[in-house]
Amino acid sequence: MAHPGYFDAAAAAPLHPAAREALIASLTDGWADPEKLYTQARRARQLLDAARGATAEVVGVRPDEVFFCASGTVACRLAVLGTLRARRRAGATLIHSSVEHSAVLGAAQSHVESGGTALPIPVDRLGRVDLTEFAATLATPGVAAAALMSANHEVGTAQPVEAAARLCAGSAVPLYVDAAQSLGRMPIPPGWSVLTGSAHKWGGPAGVGVLAVRLGEPWAARWTPPGPEEGSPALPAIVAAAASLRAAAAEADAEAARLRPLVARIRATVAATVPDVEVVGDPDDRLPNLVTFSCLYVDGEALLHELDRRGFAVSSGSSCTASTLRPSHVLEAMGVLSHGNVRVSLHRESTEEEVDRFLAELPGVVAELRAHVVGL
Amino acid sequence: MSQPDEVLDCRGQRCPLPVIELARRLPEVPVGGVLRVLADDPAAAGDIPAWCRLRDQEFLGEVTVDEGSAFDVRRRH
Repeated sequence: MAHPGYFDAAAAAPLHPAAREALIASLTDGWADPEKLYTQARRARQLLDAARGATAEVVGVRPDEVFFCASGTVACRLAVLGTLRARRRAGATLIHSSVEHSAVLGAAQSHVESGGTALPIPVDRLGRVDLTEFAATLATPGVAAAALMSANHEVGTAQPVEAAARLCAGSAVPLYVDAAQSLGRMPIPPGWSVLTGSAHKWGGPAGVGVLAVRLGEPWAARWTPPGPEEGSPALPAIVAAAASLRAAAAEADAEAARLRPLVARIRATVAATVPDVEVVGDPDDRLPNLVTFSCLYVDGEALLHELDRRGFAVSSGSSCTASTLRPSHVLEAMGVLSHGNVRVSLHRESTEEEVDRFLAELPGVVAELRAHVVGL
Repeated sequence: MSQPDEVLDCRGQRCPLPVIELARRLPEVPVGGVLRVLADDPAAAGDIPAWCRLRDQEFLGEVTVDEGSAFDVRRRH
C-alpha cells in the first residue's frame, strides 16, 4: 500500500499505475507539437487521437466531441460559458443546483457579472436537488442552460440527472453535467448535452480537464470549440489521463462493490461510536467511495489536524478558523451542521485495515477535542 | 417580534463556539422560554437551526436586531 491513511480521493486520487506507465511512455514518445507536419509530430498526433478515442468511448460520445483542457476547473468554465454563449439567442439565464462545485458556481458568477442571470435550485436535507423547483424554474422564460452535477463532491449524494435531463429535453434546454466525482467510478446517467471531468479525480495526473459536447444536438450548431487561447495540450498528461480513465472505468464495478461496504461501515460505525455526530448525504443513492459526517461541538480544522497527526488525510467543509470566511456552501444549502465536518473519500488503494484503524482512532480523537469543552 | 427571555452574546466567536454556548445556556431558560443568540460567525446561520433539529429544540428564526444578526431558540424540553 503506497499511501496509507490517504482518504482524500475526492480532491485528488493517487496516480493510477496505468497513468504512470502511459505518462512515462508518452514523455519519451509524445513531446512534439501534434499540429506540425513531420514524423515526430505525427507520432504525437497519433497519441492524442488515441487518447481522445479512449476518452470518448468511456464518456459515450464521438471522438470529435471530446476536448482536453488545462484542468477540471477550466473544463467547468468552458462548459458553462460556452453553452450559454451558444444559446444566447434563447436567453441569458443559467439554472443550477445550489450544491454545484465552486468551479461551476464561479463560472455562473462570471456570467452574472457580464449581465446574465443565474438561478440556484435548492436541495433537500440529503443534498438532492428539488426536481419540482427545477422544473418550475426551467419553465420560466429565457432559460438558456441548466447545470446539475452527477454526484456531490462533499457529501456524495447522487443527483437525479436522468430525470433532470428528461425535463431539459422537454424544454429544449441543454443540460450540463459536472461528472468530476463519477467518471471512472460509476455510470453517468444518459440525457446530458455537455459533460466535464477532471483527470486527477480518477487517478490521472493533475492538469487535465475533459469537456464533452454532443455536437449533433441543434443548439450545438452555435457551439465554438475552445480556441488557441486555451494553450497547447499537455500531451503526455492527456495520454496518461485517458489511459487511467479507461483502466478506472474497466475496474469501476469491482471497485464500487469493494468500497461501498467500507463506506457503509464508516457510516454505521461513526454513528454508533461517536456521540453527537450527524452523518450527512443520501445513505444509498450516492458515490461508492465517499462519506461525510459532522461532529457536534468540534472545530473541523482541529479535527483535521489531529487526524493528520495520526496519519489520516481527510477533508473538511468546516470554516472554524479565520483563514476561511464561509462554511461549505453545500452543507449550508442542505441545512446540516457545518462545524466538526469530515469527508472521507476512498480510492483503489484504500484497504479495509486502514478504514478499521481510522474507525478505531476516531472516537478517541473526537473525545479528546471535546474534553476542553466543559459544561455540556 | 416577541422579546426573548434571555440574550446570549456570541459576537466575535468562531464556530463551533456559538453552538457550544447555546447548548450550555438553553437548559437555564425555563421550558417554553426563548433564548436569543447574537452571532456574527457565518456558520451560525446554518449551525444553530441544525443544532435545534438534532437536539429537538425549536428554532424560531433569524432576526435582525440593533446588535446585528440574532437567532431565537425556544426550549422545548
